[in-house]
Amino acid sequence: MTLSGEELAEEAVRDVAPPSRLRVVTRRFFASTQGRIGFAVLALMFLLAFAGPLFTPWSYTDKDFTAFMQPPSATHWFGTLQTGSDVFAVTLRGMQKSLVVGLLAALVSTALAALVGAFAGYFSGWTDRWLSWVTDLLLVLPAFLILAIMSPLFGAGQWVLFVVMLALFLWMVTSKIVRGMTISLKQREYIQAARFMGVPPVRIIARHVLPNLSSLLIVDATLNVSAAILTETSLSYFGFGIQPPDVSFGTLIADGSRTAVYAPWTFWFVAGLLVVTVLAVNLVGDALRDAFDPGAKGRR
Amino acid sequence: MAGFLARRLLSYVVLVAVAASLAYLLAAVALDPRSNYADRTPKPPPGVVDAQLTALNLNDKTPLLQRYAVWAGGVVRGDFGKTVTGASVNDDLARRMGVTFRLILLGLVFGSLLGVAVGAYAAVRQYGWFDRLSAGLSFLVLAVPVVVLANMLILLASWANDNLFGTQVFLVSGEYTGGLEAGFWGQLLDRLQHLVLPTVSLSLGLTAVFSRYQRNMMLDVLGADFLRTAMAKGLSRRRALVTHGLRTALIPVVTYFAFTFGVLLTGATFTEKIFGWHGLGEQLINSIFTNDVNTVAAISLLAAVAVLFAALAADLLHAALDPRVRA
Repeated sequence: MTLSGEELAEEAVRDVAPPSRLRVVTRRFFASTQGRIGFAVLALMFLLAFAGPLFTPWSYTDKDFTAFMQPPSATHWFGTLQTGSDVFAVTLRGMQKSLVVGLLAALVSTALAALVGAFAGYFSGWTDRWLSWVTDLLLVLPAFLILAIMSPLFGAGQWVLFVVMLALFLWMVTSKIVRGMTISLKQREYIQAARFMGVPPVRIIARHVLPNLSSLLIVDATLNVSAAILTETSLSYFGFGIQPPDVSFGTLIADGSRTAVYAPWTFWFVAGLLVVTVLAVNLVGDALRDAFDPGAKGRR
Repeated sequence: MAGFLARRLLSYVVLVAVAASLAYLLAAVALDPRSNYADRTPKPPPGVVDAQLTALNLNDKTPLLQRYAVWAGGVVRGDFGKTVTGASVNDDLARRMGVTFRLILLGLVFGSLLGVAVGAYAAVRQYGWFDRLSAGLSFLVLAVPVVVLANMLILLASWANDNLFGTQVFLVSGEYTGGLEAGFWGQLLDRLQHLVLPTVSLSLGLTAVFSRYQRNMMLDVLGADFLRTAMAKGLSRRRALVTHGLRTALIPVVTYFAFTFGVLLTGATFTEKIFGWHGLGEQLINSIFTNDVNTVAAISLLAAVAVLFAALAADLLHAALDPRVRA
């Protein structure tokens, strides 16, 4: 007891340098139970998706013609499908795709939201009016509808285009928030000073506006990952997303739901992994928000 | 107030027009009605196919803008054109609109009322067991997409029908049992049995979102001076909370309502398709697969109109709750 107390005191003495913002945020993040659980589960999911296939002899294209629709066993950990595919291998493959699609779509959409919102807020007047109008227009059309209409354009192997389109319909609400915050940032002294010193507007946005919004953007990017994964799942479920030779959570759930009544392993493993992944992403996002801004706890 | 509403309405009409045009152009470019004729046996001669497509205003050899002009001219006169099979889009959608409307309205009412009630109660008993439970549950629900939730409900319901009740209590397909002769009450019961699961799967997500939002708004209000004043004037705590607290806390939630409406429309699409209700959402998904450009465009237009009506309703509700807006 006394020993650990002394150690703590020593630590405090040694740690005289002012803590960087990154370290403060990281410490706050890992101090919360939510953050720890979310991070651990998410790391585990990534490990499972990308390292898991190394531990099973089956690949997602293999078909075992001696086992159709078999329940989980030692050879097939999650059982097999009607076609003889190994559910474990196929699920991990779908998980890889869903995670990659979700991450990329979230990054692109947050970047887009930051740019459009910052430009609209910084250059008021006609730029603002046009950009806000486009934002409203995209909010009026349900994203699912447009993505579904465009689905014949994403053929097999065109999933990068799909990611871009997905991102194109996730950025609007964030961009509205960014715009509002940029308008208030514009009145701050350091930005006024930069303007009067003749710094070009684009550089002011890149150097001063966006870094000041970074906490909002990081949190938003995290929560967009879960939104993107959910949208991707719904679209793929109806055949509008990732196309057949490739698999994702959505296509697997669609196939599994047809056979779930008599072969529960085809549905519940995939559905469970999807829910756990999204839950973990949301936990991380919430914990990050609290870590960046302890005052606004639980704002939602 | 009237001027404000008129200006809003005008900008909404422009938005709907642009959104619908965009949807038509996208659908006309992305969908290929000609491919519907490709795998018919015997193969129809190209001249016949061309004539058919031209009659339906779907021929991809006609310039896109010319097709758009014909379509837009029809829409202005209230005619949405013909489906790929030659039937009138208007008749088809008018029949389906009621189905979707009923589903959405019920889901909306249940979801938002339950959400607001749960959120408000959780805030009043902050950090109590109810608060913790509702927070955990809403976190869980927000991680389950509607498609998965609907399928889980179907599986659980059929399990419960077999093992708990022994009869078909929850019916999982369609809006009502065809050819059922059971009088008014029997019909009503049958409809309710069909209605339970779709409504639950549609409104559960909404409840989760609204309860989180309402809880935080309510917590902000609970510490406010005007609530203490109301109680100092002699109102009971319950009375002060309901008439003063809840009303103020509802204002931001109402604004949020317009944003959730689009999500609800999408959710209704999934619910209809999975539960086999013959509504607009189901038709949207089918018409994309049958390359039915006119139906897709008409449904997009209706969706845009619905979202903007929700936004307008949110404006009106906002004005009703907040006297400062009315001034």
